[in-house]
Amino acid sequence: MNMKLSPTWIRDFVALPVDDHRLAEDLTSIGIAVEGISGGGDSTVFEMEIGTNRPDAMNHYGVAREASAFYDVPLKLISPKLTSAAKAASTARSGGTIEVVPFPITIEEANLCPRFTARVVRGVKIRPSPANVVQRLGLLDQRPINNAVDATNYTLWEIGKPTHVFDLDLLEGGKIIVRRARDGETLKTLDGVERKLTTEDLVVADGRKPVGLAGVMGGFDTMITDKTRNILIESAWWDPAMVRKMSRRHGIHTDASHRFERGADYESTVLSCDRVAELILQSGGGELVGDVVDVVAKRIDQAPVALHLAEVRRILGEELGTNEILGILKRLGFESVPEPGEEAEFTVHIPSWRLDVEREIDLIEEIARLHGYDKFANKLPAFSGAVIDQPDQAKDQKLRSLLLALGYNEAVSLSFISHEDAAKFSPMPAIELANPISDEASVMRNSIVPGILGMVAYNLNRGSDNVRLFEAGPVWEASGPKAMELKRVCMGATGSAVAASVNQGARPLSFFDLKGDMETLLEAFECDALCYDSNAAEYYHPGRSARAVMDGATVAQFGQIDPEKAARKLRQDVWLGEIFLDRLYTHSLRQVRYQALPRYPAVERDFSMVFGDAVGFEKIQQAVMGLGIAELRSFVPVEIFRGGAVPAGKYSILLRATLQSGERTLREDEVAQWSGKIINALEGLGGMLRAS
Amino acid sequence: MYSVAKLTDYSAAALDAAVRELLSALDAEAATVKSDAEWKAFRDRWMARKNGVLTLVNDLWLKAAPKDAKRDIGQRVNELKTQVEQTVESTQQRMQGGASSARLATDRVDITLPGIRRPVGAEHPVIKTLNEIVGVFRNLGYSVQEGPVIETDYYNFEALNFPPNHPARDTQDTLFVAKQGSKPARERLLLRTHTSPVQVRTMEAMKPPLRIVIPGKVHRNDPPDASHSPMFHQVEGLAVDTNITFGDLKGTLDHAMKALFGSSVKTHFRPSFFPFTEPSAEMMVSCFICGGSGKRGSEPCRPCKTTGWIEILGCGMVDPNVFEFVKGNGYDPKKVSGFAFGMGADRIAILKYGVDDIQLFFQGDVRFLEQWR
Ligand SMILES: [Zn+2]
Repeated sequence: MNMKLSPTWIRDFVALPVDDHRLAEDLTSIGIAVEGISGGGDSTVFEMEIGTNRPDAMNHYGVAREASAFYDVPLKLISPKLTSAAKAASTARSGGTIEVVPFPITIEEANLCPRFTARVVRGVKIRPSPANVVQRLGLLDQRPINNAVDATNYTLWEIGKPTHVFDLDLLEGGKIIVRRARDGETLKTLDGVERKLTTEDLVVADGRKPVGLAGVMGGFDTMITDKTRNILIESAWWDPAMVRKMSRRHGIHTDASHRFERGADYESTVLSCDRVAELILQSGGGELVGDVVDVVAKRIDQAPVALHLAEVRRILGEELGTNEILGILKRLGFESVPEPGEEAEFTVHIPSWRLDVEREIDLIEEIARLHGYDKFANKLPAFSGAVIDQPDQAKDQKLRSLLLALGYNEAVSLSFISHEDAAKFSPMPAIELANPISDEASVMRNSIVPGILGMVAYNLNRGSDNVRLFEAGPVWEASGPKAMELKRVCMGATGSAVAASVNQGARPLSFFDLKGDMETLLEAFECDALCYDSNAAEYYHPGRSARAVMDGATVAQFGQIDPEKAARKLRQDVWLGEIFLDRLYTHSLRQVRYQALPRYPAVERDFSMVFGDAVGFEKIQQAVMGLGIAELRSFVPVEIFRGGAVPAGKYSILLRATLQSGERTLREDEVAQWSGKIINALEGLGGMLRAS
Repeated sequence: MYSVAKLTDYSAAALDAAVRELLSALDAEAATVKSDAEWKAFRDRWMARKNGVLTLVNDLWLKAAPKDAKRDIGQRVNELKTQVEQTVESTQQRMQGGASSARLATDRVDITLPGIRRPVGAEHPVIKTLNEIVGVFRNLGYSVQEGPVIETDYYNFEALNFPPNHPARDTQDTLFVAKQGSKPARERLLLRTHTSPVQVRTMEAMKPPLRIVIPGKVHRNDPPDASHSPMFHQVEGLAVDTNITFGDLKGTLDHAMKALFGSSVKTHFRPSFFPFTEPSAEMMVSCFICGGSGKRGSEPCRPCKTTGWIEILGCGMVDPNVFEFVKGNGYDPKKVSGFAFGMGADRIAILKYGVDDIQLFFQGDVRFLEQWR
């Protein structure tokens, strides 16, 4: 929690050998973080960041206690001077009720309110607080209200114990009861809000009505006003969980609830009550009535903790001496009692303000903190184990380096998409969030496509026309009550394959750029059969998209996006590719199989053919490869031509066969024979040989 | 043009004069050759078998010579032959040299024009940073582990010693999966808020000693702004062994920071609080932007807020309560100890490159991304 504290106020309790800046540094080094210093002289203010586990340090006395431990200088006791104050004489009777003039106090819920301490002051004059109180509260950004309320606030910031003051004459029925609220009861709290209460709430009540929400906020109708003359001071200890629940339920967070829900000092109820009384008497006169009333319904005792020096050294290292260990604990208020016969074992009694210390490791942390983290020598532990890589690491790295080399920029988009996109870009059910950041980010992405499309559009909207992006990352699918996490790659591209320059004109991206990239990527994996068909998802252009099927499983799809189906406004063609890594990664990375370089020359033969449009290249290739000519090294299309002399519905294609033998130079007659077979096969598909 | 005349006088002086005349004619003609075609004509005129000058010299001088002069003439004709061949060859070389230098002159390009660039993809700065961090620990013997982004309450909170009411378990801080009401609390799904759950998952699967580094995505309920993102990236580390101390934690991280930010970087530790470590610490590194001076020239250094130190990660000794959850797999807190640390890759990339808005990482703007090419 961020809060302000005054170093001058801290110095009320401890004589420090350093200036404020050094004090700030030293406190920070022991975990009482001073994040900033402002002002100067008596008006110097520390901006503190106190961990939520350290409510004891959220006040000046608590920080003074830390400083006294660090510098090993004595901490002054706070002992309020009360004219008629005697030692707290009261103890709890059965049922936690005690008779006192003029108020009996009854605790009905001993577990939720183990202790309730009170004092009565009569004849007080309500007026503005004295200048020194106003000045100090002002440094902490605390607004002064009146001397009685300021006394409670001053005490809270001084010793960390929240208290409350009631206008005694507005309490009805002549008694105080700590009880659960009744269903239907209401309480107007100090902030003016009418609160509906239930039996879940714990209240401080008078004989008729609730007058305070326990540990959270007092009641409006019984607060101190200018007319107040007689005051009841309350200083109780509330169950942290109870306060937390009420604070949440009612949406009230106060300095009091903040401390109570983290654990206040059980033993400081009398001290704080007396301190408030002292401040009120000083500023507003009046007199104490009777003694302090201290109703103890249940004792909160912290169990002592066993400390073994060997354990301290096992965790912190051998460098800590026994005297230093015991000295640190003593200065922090811990009492270490040696176990009989055991030199290296101690029973450590925990001070009441340190509810956070419950275990031996908590003590070890205290020792490390005060020793100074930076004083421990840096070491490197030896390790003889092996480095084990993730099973997919090599595959991930291969694809990533290929994608970068192919010119795709690595991108990362958020994990959330809208319901609409989830339905559009994946057939699989998406995982819905209970408390999404926004409606557009209401489900976990079941596809990276919306993310990539969003980023491509973002670029187009900012005048970047040439975009190549890829994202490798998880998508999530609901699988019954479970969440499946699957790895994907998505590529997005728009603009030119080759940019315009003085050397050449621009060439726009085409299907075959995407296909070529996909071929390069998929080629990195072993497979028996890889084929492409046109069964891509429906957000692709049906005539310019494909699906890659590797050994029977769809490993990728790619092509031009159909802006209408994708419901995206895109001012130029956008190309997408998706790789389903869960399926692709069932294949291993391609093994390198070295082959000796050919020693005999290759022979090329070209075939100029005309085919009907229905005959795709795949058929042509299969027909020729199916001939089983061992010397046929490759069979590729070189040129394709439509129109002109070629009749409609047909196309002309120039095909090139490369023939080579590993054992000898091919003879003219052999090549002629194979060429004849190839022509036969092509004619078998309905092809017509043109003059070659 | 020179032509070969019959000899009448076979005296040495007359022969000398005839040879001199021939050679000077050869040189003069060679000098006039300007093109390949002219050179071919020149070569043929002097060396052709039919009616070439050398052939004529052979016929008219040598064959026609009286017997007693043949020996002297024969020697002179051989020398002439060599001379002619050399001149023809050197003329050809002159020809070729001239032609290629002319070609080079016309082939000249303006080398100051920009080159033709092939597109090259850029690594994402956060992934690059993540990989660099992982690489440092991998070199120290740490194995890479990963875990699910959609986690259970058990792994994200319970087994990491978060008390049931810890504020991190609030819907204000954590994103929860919908429709989990029917499940027991510890099985309810949420988006992991840190990579720490992988610590417990790994300890369940592997026995000590352990050295692991865990990179990954994490999510929190933080609406996006310049310094917040609902998604970011962490690298977590965990070392467990029979003799791990606080000094090992410090030394390991000090070494890692020097590997990441340069050997002159210093580290500094101060107490902190995390539910799953105790003692817990925050580690600062001396500012790698200003070198720890707090100033850049005369300007204040913003990344370190002029303090010279940058808060870079949280760490600590593994809390015994965490070991209790995996005690059955060899993690008896009385016998083993360990340290854990976690850092944000996005934040480190922001500091390292001076990026002023975390949103830039997740917008895919190529003008931004291509700066890491
Ligand atoms: Zn700096």
